[in-house]
This record gives sequence, C-alpha cells and structure tokens, in this order.
Amino acid sequence: MASLITCPHCGTRPKEEFSIRGAALRRPDPAASDEVWQAYVYVRDNPKGRYQEYWHHAAGCRRWLVVERDNFSHEVFGVVDAGGAAETKSQARAGE
Amino acid sequence: MRYSAYSIFKQALSGNRLWKPAWREPEPMPHYDVIIVGGGGHGLSTAYYLAKEFGITNVAVIEKGYIGSGNVGRNTTIIRSNYMLEGNNPFYELSLQLWEGLEQDFNYNAMVSQRGVLNLFHSDGQRDAYARRGNGMRMHGVDAELLDREQVQRLAPYLNFDHARFPILGGLMQKRGGTVRHDAVAWGYARGADMRGVDIIQHCEVTGIRRENGVVTGVETTKGFIGCNKLALAAAGNTTTVGRMADLRLPIETHVLQAFVSEGLKPVIDQVITYGAGHFYISQSDKGGLVFGADIDYYSSYAQRGNLATVEHTMQEGVSLIPGLSRAKVLRAWGGVMDMSMDGSPIIDRTSIDNLYLNCGWCYGGFKATPASGFCFAHLIAKNETHHVSRFMRLDRFERGYVLDETGKGAQPNLH
Ligand SMILES: Cc1cc2nc3c(=O)[nH]c(=O)nc-3n(C[C@H](O)[C@H](O)[C@H](O)COP(=O)(O)OP(=O)(O)OC[C@H]3O[C@@H](n4cnc5c(N)ncnc54)[C@H](O)[C@@H]3O)c2cc1C
Ligand SMILES: [Zn+2]
Repeated sequence: MASLITCPHCGTRPKEEFSIRGAALRRPDPAASDEVWQAYVYVRDNPKGRYQEYWHHAAGCRRWLVVERDNFSHEVFGVVDAGGAAETKSQARAGE
Repeated sequence: MRYSAYSIFKQALSGNRLWKPAWREPEPMPHYDVIIVGGGGHGLSTAYYLAKEFGITNVAVIEKGYIGSGNVGRNTTIIRSNYMLEGNNPFYELSLQLWEGLEQDFNYNAMVSQRGVLNLFHSDGQRDAYARRGNGMRMHGVDAELLDREQVQRLAPYLNFDHARFPILGGLMQKRGGTVRHDAVAWGYARGADMRGVDIIQHCEVTGIRRENGVVTGVETTKGFIGCNKLALAAAGNTTTVGRMADLRLPIETHVLQAFVSEGLKPVIDQVITYGAGHFYISQSDKGGLVFGADIDYYSSYAQRGNLATVEHTMQEGVSLIPGLSRAKVLRAWGGVMDMSMDGSPIIDRTSIDNLYLNCGWCYGGFKATPASGFCFAHLIAKNETHHVSRFMRLDRFERGYVLDETGKGAQPNLH
C-alpha cells in the first residue's frame, strides 16, 4: 500500500492520518427492501484489483474521501471528496 | 510408513537414506467423489476427516501453490478456546480437544504445546469483561482462571506493570491454550489424508466451476477439467474469487495481516501473552524466536505483504508491553491475506447450489479452528447435515439477523 495519500484538501499526507471505513457503497433508499439493505450492510463484491473505499482524513481536514486504488498492486488511482463522489456516482447510476 | 522411535532408529542405521516422501504427487484423475479447493489447513483437515471418519477416500485437494503456502503456514500459531458466545465456544472447544489428541491420531509431531494463553487487562472495566468471558467459558465446561496482578507478575516479571496509562491489573488465563507448529499441521494432515487415498494436487489453480442443470459437475484448472460429485471450497483469503466462479456473493472482504519473528533468544516468554490495551500478542517458539503480531492493515488487500506503518505500530505496542523487546532484532516479517467476515465469525455451510459446500470467513483466528473446521466440514459434506457444534455458522445468518459477533463490532470487517 502506498504510504502517502493525496488528500484533495490537504495535499500529500502520510497514510496513518487516515482511518478506513471500507467499501464505498451508495446507501440505499430508506424505503428500499430488506434484501437491498441486507446486501448493502453485509455483502461485498470484494474484487481483486480496482477498489473504491471510504477513508476519513481523521488527523487532517476530517473530510470523508473516496480512495480508488488497486488492492493487489497498491497503486492509488485517485482521491476525491466523498460528497462530490456520491454525486458523480448517483448520476452515473441514473444514466445506467 | 508409521513414524515411531523405532523407525527413527532403523532409518538412522541405514544412514537416513530410506525415508520416503510423506505424500505422493499424483496427476489428477478425470473424476472424484469430492474435490476440495484449497490445500491450507482447513482443506487438508477436511480431506483427512472425510477419509478417516466418514470413509470417503475418492477425494482430491487442489492447491494453486504448494501446501502450507497460504495462511496455515503464515499464522502466529496460537490455539485457544476462550470464546464466550454459545455459537462459538463449543466449536472451538471441540477443536482444542482434537488438538490434544491430534499427534497420536495422525502420527505426526505437530509440536502441540499447551503452554497457556494469558489475556492481560488494564482497567476495572476490562477486568469485568474478562471475568464475564471466563465465566461464560466455565459454564461451557472450559478452563479459565482470572489472575490478579501478583499472579501475573510471578509468571511474567518482565512485563511493564506500572505503565503510566495501561498498568497491568491482571489477566484471564486459559492453561489448555498454547501453540502448535503450523507447517507440521499442514504436513501431518496431508500425509494422513494421502495415506488413506486422497490425491493432493499441488501447483494446480482452479480457474472455473462448471455447472449443468444447476449443479456443479467439476472444476476447470490449470491442469485441465476435473469432474466431481461434490465441490467444497476452503480457499481462505481467495474465497470471493473462487466463489464468484459459481456466482456466489458473500459477506467477506479480503485483508492482510502481518507477523514477525525475532532472532533466537534464551527461553523468556513461557506462555502466549496478549496485550489488552492494544491488539498485540506474543509467544516464543521452541527455536527461541519471539513470534508476534498485532492489528490488520485495515485496508482491503490481496497482497501477501503489509505496510510499514503497521510494522511500526506493532513494534510500538510490543515495546509498550515488554520494554526489553526494544533490544531484540526482528529477523523476518510477512503477510497473509484473510477472508474477514462481516461479523468476525466463520461460515461452514451448504450454498444455494446443491452440491457446492462452503468453508470461509476465518478472519485471523482460523488456525486454532483447523481440526474442528475440517471435522465439521467433512461431516457436512459426507452427510449433508450440519455438525451440531457448527450450527450457528450458517451463511444465511446475516439476512436472518442471527449474526455471531463475538466482539460486538458490527458489520465492519476491518474491525473484527
Ligand atoms: C499473519 C497471520 C497470523 C495469524 N495468526 C493466527 C493465530 O495465531 N491463531 C489462529 O487461530 N489463526 C491465526 N491466523 C488465521 C489463520 O491462519 C487462518 O484463518 C487459516 O489458516 C485459514 O485457513 P487455511 O489454513 O485453510 O488457509 P490457507 O492456508 O490460506 O489455505 C487456502 C488455500 O487455498 C489456496 N487457493 C486459493 N485460491 C485457489 C484456487 N483458485 N485454486 C486452488 N487453490 C487456491 C491458497 O493457495 C491457499 O493455500 C493468522 C493469519 C495470518 C495471516
Ligand atoms: Zn484532508
């Protein structure tokens, strides 16, 4: 894993400043079915390769970020603020 | 060949030239009754018990590397049954009882050493929590003793008792816990299974699962197609990758855990000791190396190597508990990729596909489970019935709301 993460707000920072929440999944609609909620809470795609995770810049700007990286080669492809990422993703979903 | 003092003597007389390999290296047959994917501890013990206890010997274990190259040969070798929940304790206690008779059972020296596992506590709240755990264990008939500070001091005088922030107030001891030489576990089970007719096929990766009319008919491998009546998955950190070949979607995320070994030292640490203020655990191997580890690296990873920040964190915890550790040199460090489940507990169950069986979710605690996991999985495969001690380890427990969350951390795989 790369030891440095480039926060869009704080610049390049040591990885230890961040805490990791896990897979960056979109929260279902509150009224979604039990099956949808159970999949959101418990089921993971867990791919080998490209993966998006929520990271919290706990010892920096305290923003939630989406880190996109390869979980085998440890290459980091990009880090964006989670607020913006959620928007782009939901737009992508809507367009699907 | 049975191993015994006599066999050692006899072989010595012939200059140790007549020892035979402990297992064969067969080419795969076109078809087996049961194929097990993964030649780790759990896959090999499953094959062993299938053959020995359930009379199913037309079995292949398919391993993409060499046996013991996965987590079974990478763990910190700790065994114990100090679990609290009803869904866990009887299972791990069965495992510990199997460990106690294992070497006689499979005629192999696995160096099972019941040197005791001591979990330290550092606050009144933590003492209460350990007292509760100990009581839970004793109600299941499992040994547990709550030690006070003086008792711990007699066992391990070198610990940092007067730590300004995390003083040692005592510990919960399970004397029957301890360590086992992990490679020998893989080798012993492999030899025992092979002797009873199981084919252990190494350097053969499963790349696909063939299905017809909703049931599995065999696996595609780097050595060609191999047919089977029943397919059993025991692929640890690669469970998702293999499961996806049969369209399984699982409550698993893959993470890396590191382990460390120091240079050989004179005997100093007699038990397994765990630090209650962090997640550090340490024991001393019979060769003298201190074997220790701490937390996982927290991000999902399929790479069998870890991050330097976690190395530093582990060393800090170690020195905080045992100041003298700062003088020891680390010789080796490595990582293993594990199947972290969403409630920290394993899955031994059937799947939506009738002849596909699943064994996964062992997180970083599956080594101690190796005998019971193999036994219960073999029971399930042979009889299509769950063994009663593994009945809480069902795949559908998440959707039914019966999670088995020993530490109460919730659906957060990197926290278990
Ligand atoms: C650093 C570390 C320390 C640990 N410490 C402890 C401890 O002290 N106590 C404890 O109880 N547990 C511990 N564990 C956990 C324990 O090691 C694991 O839970 C357990 O070994 C997993 O089961 P296994 O032995 O079958 O896994 P493995 O040995 O990993 O076996 C799985 C096998 O499947 C093979 N495989 C995967 N995909 C394929 C495929 N497509 N085709 C063919 N083969 C495939 C792999 O090559 C591998 O050999 C630790 C783990 C690690 C990494
Ligand atoms: Zn920041």
